[in-house]
Amino acid sequence: MGGSFTTSMARNIFYGGTVFFVLLFLALTYRNEQILPTRDNRANLTEQVVAGKRIWETRNCVGCHTLLGEGAYFAPELGNVYKRRGGAAGGTEFIKAWIKAQPTGTPGRRQMPQFNLSEKELDEIAAFLKYVSEINTSNWPPNIEG
Amino acid sequence: MQYQSQKVAKLYFTAAIVLFTAQILFGLVMGLQYVIGDFLFPAIPFNVARMVHTNALIVWLLMGFMGAAYYLIPEESETELYSPKLAVWLFWIFFVAAIATVLGYLLVPYASLAKWTGNDILETMGREFLEQPLPTKLGIVIVALGFLFNIVMTVLKGRKTAISMVLMLGLAGLAGFFLFSFYNPGNIARDKYYWWFVVHLWVEGVWELILAAILAFVLIKVTGVDREVIDKWLYVIITLALVTGIIGTGHHFYWIGSAEFWQWWGGVFSALEPIPFFAMTVFAFNMVNRRRREHPNRVATLWAMGTGVMSFLGAGVWGFMHTLAPVNYYTHGTQVTAAHGHIAFYGAYVMVVLTMISYAMPLLRGRAANSNKAQVIEMWSFWLMTVAMVFITLFLTAAGILQVWLQRVSSTPLSYMAAQDQVALFYWLREGAGVVFLIGLMVYIVSFFCNGKEKAA
Repeated sequence: MGGSFTTSMARNIFYGGTVFFVLLFLALTYRNEQILPTRDNRANLTEQVVAGKRIWETRNCVGCHTLLGEGAYFAPELGNVYKRRGGAAGGTEFIKAWIKAQPTGTPGRRQMPQFNLSEKELDEIAAFLKYVSEINTSNWPPNIEG
Repeated sequence: MQYQSQKVAKLYFTAAIVLFTAQILFGLVMGLQYVIGDFLFPAIPFNVARMVHTNALIVWLLMGFMGAAYYLIPEESETELYSPKLAVWLFWIFFVAAIATVLGYLLVPYASLAKWTGNDILETMGREFLEQPLPTKLGIVIVALGFLFNIVMTVLKGRKTAISMVLMLGLAGLAGFFLFSFYNPGNIARDKYYWWFVVHLWVEGVWELILAAILAFVLIKVTGVDREVIDKWLYVIITLALVTGIIGTGHHFYWIGSAEFWQWWGGVFSALEPIPFFAMTVFAFNMVNRRRREHPNRVATLWAMGTGVMSFLGAGVWGFMHTLAPVNYYTHGTQVTAAHGHIAFYGAYVMVVLTMISYAMPLLRGRAANSNKAQVIEMWSFWLMTVAMVFITLFLTAAGILQVWLQRVSSTPLSYMAAQDQVALFYWLREGAGVVFLIGLMVYIVSFFCNGKEKAA
């Protein structure tokens, strides 16, 4: 890297390139925001779902589980758990019963804490997980096992 | 050490190593919980250990970056730090906040912690890596702003070099993008999209500027190569990093509800992300080959070359492996991601901080380099930790590929937990490699206490 390619040229390419790609990224972000309403299931984004997201966050669920593939890899994917556990035919009931039954106490098995959620809170977290399962994720995960 | 005020770096480096140790211990707890599920349950559930593991990493790397800046900025600017006192104050604020946060995680149920720390006022908690309570997040902002102020004022009154400009740009970006951690929309698809503005634009964006600047500084010092040459490399590397890395953010947007055009934009640009890391490797080796002096601190040179190689392997190669959408469709959210995360963080950011500590710490302790004995011990720790990390990564990759096959590809897919049982052997092997890593870390710490004949400063 000698000859006619000087440090100030390299610096100018850096600043120019960075500004260009930041602007391109912002433009793509703007376009993404325009497309999101057709994919993010916002028609069903009720107050109950938002309350469920709050439960999801304040119990640090993402510290063990993944949600749409993001989070920790210690426990099952929950983005599609509503569908995996029966969907309209019992998905909500399964999720609530499962959370209430923890921890299983089986020796040597991974354990989920008991969060002592109220019936209202259980409905909220289940509604949130149902909502997430209906986001358009480009057909991910590959199968129902998550 | 040419300026008295550089001394504040020592505090930051020491605290970094303390938190590094905590990070590794909790990592071992989690590794064991992968195979003995109820280990330490309910005292330390997995999610709590994980918060300590990841948050301690982030904080100690930030401590390392700040220490590096406090050390190198006076030397680059050829002037004392604007306010060493502010640097010491900010250190204690940061360190106490970090310890308090870790104790909060360990001693208080997370939901109560959220309630007591005002999460209802502004909901920011419970998102991966951004689990910190609101006061801690605000503390990080205050510390970052005070730190930037101190650094900028120092540079303004002294010499302005390419290294200090790039470092400042990286640090300013670090502080700026952290502000997205306060944005948490109720719409999970949008929450996830903007969450990456902190996480990706840190580690695959502005942190690379910090990394390149620190590496350039150490290489100038240990090789004596002309600054003009190093500066040119520095600009080329960070140009490649941002040109690929900014749009490369799109490789996280494939399956979280965002637009499908990201599969192309994110795939193509992130596939190029190994290039700046490859350039970094060539840079480090090239400069060492062209060295004009034999610096007595050989172990710092080893760390610098190691950073080049391991960041390319970890961030570059292991990232490339699963960055294209058709591959990522199968590997997303599996142990393949965990494998990449471990070696990328170690190879790029852990190693560059250790490079800086290795170079600066002897000088801060009043000698050009440590005794030969201490250096040999530190070299042992380099190899133990690095080889252990390579094996952790290989075992997690094996576990990940098996997991993908059993759970997502096979014609009779297993459930998540059934697949986990099948790959337990690799989790045991990973835990073994983790123990070797801890031994390497212990050896590293021992190297600081090893006396022997010292070379004069």
